[in-house]
Amino acid sequence: MKICYYPGCTLKNQAKRLDDCARLSAEALGVTMEEIPEWQCCGGVYPMAKDEIATKLSSVRALDYAKHHGGTLLTLCSACHNVIKRVNNDMATEKSIRDKVNNYMRLDERYEGETKVIHYLEMLKDIVGFDNIKKAVKNPVNKKIGAYYGCLLLRPSNVMAFDNPENPTILEDFISAIGGTPVKYPFRNECCGAYVSLTNKSLTEQKSKKILESAAAVGAELVLTACPLCYYNLKKNGGDNVVYFTELLAKALGVTE
Amino acid sequence: MQRIGVFICHCGTNIAATVNVEKVTEALRKEPCVVFADNYQYMCSENGQQLIKNKIKEYNLTGIVVCACSPRMHEGTFRKTAEAAGLNPYMVEIANIREQCSWIHKDIDEATEKAVILGRTAIAKLTLNTPLTAGETGVTKRALVIGGGIAGIQCALDIADAGYEVDIVEKRPTIGGRMSQLDKTFPTLDCSACILTPKMVDCAQSEKIKLFTYSEVEEVKGFVGNFKVKIKKKARYVDETKCTGCGVCMANCPSKKGLNAFNMNLNTRPAIYIPFAQAIPNVAVIDPEQCIKLKTGKCGLCQMKCGVGAIDYTQKDEYVDREYGAIVVATGFKPIDLTNFNEYGYADNKDVITSLELERLMNAAGPTKGVLLRPSDNEHPKVITFIQCVGSRDVSGCGKPYCSKICCMYTAKHAMLIREKYPDTEVHVFYIDVRTPGKNYDEFYRRAVEQYGVDYIKGMVGKVYNENGKLMVQGSNLLDNTQVVIPSDLVVLATAIEPDPSVRDIASKLTISIDTNNFLTEAHAKLKPVECATAGVFLAGVCQGPKDVPETVSQASAAASKVIGLLAKDKLKGNPCVAHSDEMMCTGCSQCARVCPYGAITYEDKTFGRGANATVRRVAVVNPAVCQGCGACTVTCPSGAMDLHGFSSSQILKEIDFICKK
Repeated sequence: MKICYYPGCTLKNQAKRLDDCARLSAEALGVTMEEIPEWQCCGGVYPMAKDEIATKLSSVRALDYAKHHGGTLLTLCSACHNVIKRVNNDMATEKSIRDKVNNYMRLDERYEGETKVIHYLEMLKDIVGFDNIKKAVKNPVNKKIGAYYGCLLLRPSNVMAFDNPENPTILEDFISAIGGTPVKYPFRNECCGAYVSLTNKSLTEQKSKKILESAAAVGAELVLTACPLCYYNLKKNGGDNVVYFTELLAKALGVTE
Repeated sequence: MQRIGVFICHCGTNIAATVNVEKVTEALRKEPCVVFADNYQYMCSENGQQLIKNKIKEYNLTGIVVCACSPRMHEGTFRKTAEAAGLNPYMVEIANIREQCSWIHKDIDEATEKAVILGRTAIAKLTLNTPLTAGETGVTKRALVIGGGIAGIQCALDIADAGYEVDIVEKRPTIGGRMSQLDKTFPTLDCSACILTPKMVDCAQSEKIKLFTYSEVEEVKGFVGNFKVKIKKKARYVDETKCTGCGVCMANCPSKKGLNAFNMNLNTRPAIYIPFAQAIPNVAVIDPEQCIKLKTGKCGLCQMKCGVGAIDYTQKDEYVDREYGAIVVATGFKPIDLTNFNEYGYADNKDVITSLELERLMNAAGPTKGVLLRPSDNEHPKVITFIQCVGSRDVSGCGKPYCSKICCMYTAKHAMLIREKYPDTEVHVFYIDVRTPGKNYDEFYRRAVEQYGVDYIKGMVGKVYNENGKLMVQGSNLLDNTQVVIPSDLVVLATAIEPDPSVRDIASKLTISIDTNNFLTEAHAKLKPVECATAGVFLAGVCQGPKDVPETVSQASAAASKVIGLLAKDKLKGNPCVAHSDEMMCTGCSQCARVCPYGAITYEDKTFGRGANATVRRVAVVNPAVCQGCGACTVTCPSGAMDLHGFSSSQILKEIDFICKK
């Protein structure tokens, strides 16, 4: 099957590996990720100001394209997923935002949040199915792996509807599917410091190190993430064992070295 | 031809700010049959009522329309006014131009137009009204109290003290409720058992009070003054009249692994048990899910050991029919389930406990005999962290939006008691706000801070996790804008409370309305706090809203006084707006009887015509004393024989005509 795919800027440079492995794996699992044409930056951070419209427009363009091409938009970067899913929720539930955006964009048909936004992990779970991944695995990972969720995939939980924000399981289920042993540690859903790394490096260092220590304490050999920003912060602060989840998936499926 | 007077109320600015009352007056004055119309600032005031009385006499009115608030508010008031001026009270119609008009509209022109339509509709209905006379019914001089906690106990004692019989139905094997589980009570720190158990004993010893423990209300029929209730007495497998409460059976029972609900499941109890030493009645009960004899047929040890032959494995549930004049609902509360709150690690860490569990750990009759030991390893906790508002004031959807009201005070109590008994213990409390209104309450909290050195931290907790055997409590300190992590030995969650789940079933049996949080709704939030919209049913305790012991006792006594006021009457005026059947039209099809929720309709064979033409037909007959005027039969009747006094089909159709009329 084919799904509209929104990669985002980071996946074209810093996090190219996250993207490459994802495409190869999806193909091997029978899903073709069709990159939507002329996509624009998601905005990077969801704007909290209620009257902020301009930074939501690019997300809506991608959503509207997907609406007319299958109705589903696949994302991979946690930050893009968070922004696009929340903007989509605004378009479906906030009348004033919906009206302003539609007035500005003058689409052929009003966009009212019809597109379903799914993250790559949700695609693996709900479309491919973890059981089918298990069957397709050629090189089981055979390692103790700590899943690191960060915040963007989980919160705000009522909008993201991704997993239980306090006790998520989807990445652990994924690890089991590719033959690894998931280990749970208390800081797997804490913040890595995110963009604070620009203004307060020591705070980010403290937050990221705490996560890595917490994972090490339960014997995690690898720490798994879906987010380029978490990856950056953890790597920068001693996380030599941090990998993107798609890297492991591709390896397990035998589509990369 | 009727002579109708129309009285339009400003309700201060409640109505007059949105509805142009002068215009409404002018418009309604021109309606047919209307001989007088005027408006007044507060029609329900003494002057307003006097105005109505004067005009009834002056204009020789045959009926009045009052355009004011909801009839639920003041219909009774204006009926009395009319009656005092010599008018039949059922010649009064209310047009609700407040709740249904001024409060929900902003545009003055629209609201004014709607008020005119509502007034005109009421006038139209009134033209078809006929004087009605209420019948009278007797009052069964006995009350039912559902729930045997402190609310039910206090209420029953007060009713009994006034000389009336009262039954308590309690679903658990003993009365006492949540208060019996508490260790000390704020703000005076009396031992809870010491002040509660004498009241429990008074209930047992009162000649006027009959206890139905381990029992549930199965069915409720009837109406105010004449309720008929079926009570289900669940099988105890122990003869209540023989058991002496000696406890030999408990000592000999080989199945000891049942969770002890009285101790919040912190320890176990045998399959045959007495919930606690001061239980009333002090009689054993067998848990059929756990008893080896009842499950497999083998064992029978308790029966062999019982010195008085009280054990009866063949006992069945029994049903008892009782009649009551009034019913009080006092079904109490439970702490909420914490599955939505993974951040506090309640399910994963034995040493994260709820406040009610702490009560049991601190109680001399509890699982640790009152020595504060943490559940995981029976060690003395040296650092204890309390987290307030767990599930209360929560708008995320995980918990409850309301304040549970009791947690600030009991947390201060716990903190203080721990510091008093174990001064080497460090105690921290995370809070959003400390809310301690009440007599001697804020002084109590300040004692915890100032005298006992409890560390209060303003902020919420985001995570509790286990690190090398310590419970790390990570939260925010909002006053110095920092994140804090407190390594603790015991974490206590001040868990939100919610109505006991049984309340939903009781509410539907008694037709009490229930709010989105499952609290029962009182008849008026301010002026009728213990009454229900259903006549003869009253509320006490947390089933109506969160409250502490002093407030619960006050409400229970208030409910009792309402019950006593009701039972003191020998006759109750009925509602004349009841159904009646036109026997010439009735075909005896039985459809009305099937939909009647009160069992008010019966059938009789009646002879029509004379001599050779005489025929016998089956026709419906309504018992006006039982009919509540709900109207279900009138809309069901296929031949149009059923009609309702005061709300006849012709009146309702005329109202519709006038609402639709341009």
